[in-house]
Amino acid sequence: MPELDPFLLARLQFAANISFHILFPTISIGLCWVLLYFRTRFTLTGDKDWEYAYFFWVKVFALTFAIGVVSGITMSFQFGTNWPGFMAKAGNIAGPLLGYEVLTAFFLEATFLGIMLFGKHLVSNRTHLVASALVAIGTTGSAFWILSLNSWMQTPTGHVIRDGIFYVDSWMEVIFNPSFPYRFTHMLIASLLTSAFLLMGISSWRFINRVDGPATWKVFYTGLVMAMVLSPLQALVGDQHGLNTLEHQPAKIAAVEAIWNTETNVPFTLFALPDEISRSNRFALEIPYGSSLILTHSFAGEVKGLNEFAGMHPPVAPLFWCFRIMVGMGVLMILVSWWTGWRVFVRKSIPSLLQLRIFSWMTFSGWVALLAGWYVNEIGRQPWLVYGLMTVEEALADHSGGMVLSTLIVWLLLYVFILYFYIVTLRNLAKKPSASLLASVQNYPGLLPPKEV
Amino acid sequence: MEFWLPLIFVAVMGLALLLYVVLDGYDLGVGLLLPFAAESEKDPMVASIGPFWDANETWIVLGVGILLIAFPQAHGIILTSLYLPATLMLMGLVLRGIAFDFRIKAGESQKGMWNRIFSLGSLIAALCQGWMLGSYVTGLDSSVLGMLFALLIALSLPALYVMLGSAWLMIKSEPAMARKAQGWAKVAWLPMGLALLLISIATPLVSERIASKWFTLPDSLWLLPIPIIASLCYGWIGMALFGRIRYRPVMMFFALVAICVMAALGLAYSIYPDIIIGRMQIHSAAAHVDSLMFTLWGVLITLPMILGYTFFVYRIFRTPAVNQAY
Repeated sequence: MPELDPFLLARLQFAANISFHILFPTISIGLCWVLLYFRTRFTLTGDKDWEYAYFFWVKVFALTFAIGVVSGITMSFQFGTNWPGFMAKAGNIAGPLLGYEVLTAFFLEATFLGIMLFGKHLVSNRTHLVASALVAIGTTGSAFWILSLNSWMQTPTGHVIRDGIFYVDSWMEVIFNPSFPYRFTHMLIASLLTSAFLLMGISSWRFINRVDGPATWKVFYTGLVMAMVLSPLQALVGDQHGLNTLEHQPAKIAAVEAIWNTETNVPFTLFALPDEISRSNRFALEIPYGSSLILTHSFAGEVKGLNEFAGMHPPVAPLFWCFRIMVGMGVLMILVSWWTGWRVFVRKSIPSLLQLRIFSWMTFSGWVALLAGWYVNEIGRQPWLVYGLMTVEEALADHSGGMVLSTLIVWLLLYVFILYFYIVTLRNLAKKPSASLLASVQNYPGLLPPKEV
Repeated sequence: MEFWLPLIFVAVMGLALLLYVVLDGYDLGVGLLLPFAAESEKDPMVASIGPFWDANETWIVLGVGILLIAFPQAHGIILTSLYLPATLMLMGLVLRGIAFDFRIKAGESQKGMWNRIFSLGSLIAALCQGWMLGSYVTGLDSSVLGMLFALLIALSLPALYVMLGSAWLMIKSEPAMARKAQGWAKVAWLPMGLALLLISIATPLVSERIASKWFTLPDSLWLLPIPIIASLCYGWIGMALFGRIRYRPVMMFFALVAICVMAALGLAYSIYPDIIIGRMQIHSAAAHVDSLMFTLWGVLITLPMILGYTFFVYRIFRTPAVNQAY
């Protein structure tokens, strides 16, 4: 039996857990604001469609939220079970941030979720609206604290180190560390975009299969407007986030762009096979001056190459590719939403069947961009745990490789099982007109999309 | 403050874990009882914990969170030692949590499967929590004796959860269901008592230090109320269950809570001043004062609010509701 590397396994296990976990809060953070919007629209207009929309999507939300909660509890334990060194050394900083997340966000969302889901007929409409708003605030609050901690690990400020232990110098500087505003904004928009494509994807599927009435259109247009506004905005925010990363973590950017030597007039590499052994790119397809222009906003700008960080830079190929997947997906989102938006808002027509099909395929496109983006962020931090100050290896627990491998396999099986049933259940809900509870089952022929494009 | 802060946080952590055992205890108890119910009873049983389980589960996150915030080194040692039961418990909680939603939404054909997963998850979580508690009480002892003790507690905790779950159902159910729940409680009453007795006998046997703390005069006298109150509550529950006295189900639930509180106080006394018995003291494991002060403000402001709105939610859902779909 080949020797199992506990370090690699611990990283794989943590990566598997956090990758699985992030999928669900991403949807619930965005979706609960959308639900609040549906509820508010219904309260203001009395238009039943908004209530049907709420009833259908609150089911999706509840399911997503539950998976997010239980997989999140796993995360809170794994900081200790897999990376005890992190808590022992950086506990003075990580601890209170996580603590505030539990105290100000977890209890708020979990408690008022009870009223939001089950209390509709027991409390007044206003109380129910307030409860729904508190759930939304809670989910966003938890993103605030956890992203603050994550950003601190990327761009640590506000601390002092004595005998290898981190102590807090200024909480304001710890919480609002240099990369936090960018990462938090980028993540919230990602969350809303993921929800927008989920809304449109499932609504398209429901149209094509003639499941539901006009409420579905309203949901679709809500998602469309969100996507049209947010996808270009996300590109803008992403660019700013990238510039911030260049300032604080130049090695990450060098790996993303696969730039080996520090140079001026750096081209942008569209496609290449980065090779860490020869430390060069094979089959590179380049746009002259591209990287200099993007990163320094000048043709001749100097960009630091990976060789400046020899031995202490992240693996190049995964970053290079994940970044391109994320950006590619983002561009696709902009194109598809504006193409459809032009047809809907300028030509005043309903979306074509082809467009609906594309949205249906793109139901989970947010997840793809999200994971790719987080891999850029987290693999890009390697080999550091706290950037420039503490390596991941220093935090490792002393478990045998076999133990970690066996739990890793069980976790993976469990995750595949849950994901499978999550998607099957969404499909199952989408198929049932009654999933919109009081929604009328009849079709609305005048509003259905044409069968031919 | 340097002296008091760690003690305050130990107290908050203890409170969070105690609340977890009581609150998620009844959720897990309902999960354990589900296989014994008739098909038509299962939906109302699960509905009775629907609005609460999510928030209930958050107390363990707070408990572990405080361990991490206030005693980061102890957090590392404890969770590394308890890697296996902690991982299994998490898997149990994951299964229980997802089954909750899937059983309603996945369609009738899958409902049976999700009901079984719901109970299986509850059972795994309950057993592993007992295992972790037992292992913790022995100071994370991995000898045969230590493991046997952990096993004993692992088997006892589900009995307590079944009692809590039954009492909860008696409060929240229609008369027919409540009678059935009372029947379950009758079955679980003796095992729970036996478990409490065995743990009380075994704990001082496993740890000499705990024995000397409990059986030295005059301290023993001060401690007497703990076993006395616990025994009285236990006896009262038995008399009530077997029809010797009239009672309200709420009182049954609070009698169980009183037993849990006594057990927690006894445990706290046994462990003090350590955070890991025989290995690490509360004060030497504590995080830096500045970090603790920063968190203390958060606790002082939010904890009363959390308790307040938790109470508010319990008031809203005070009536037994049969149909709680959304």
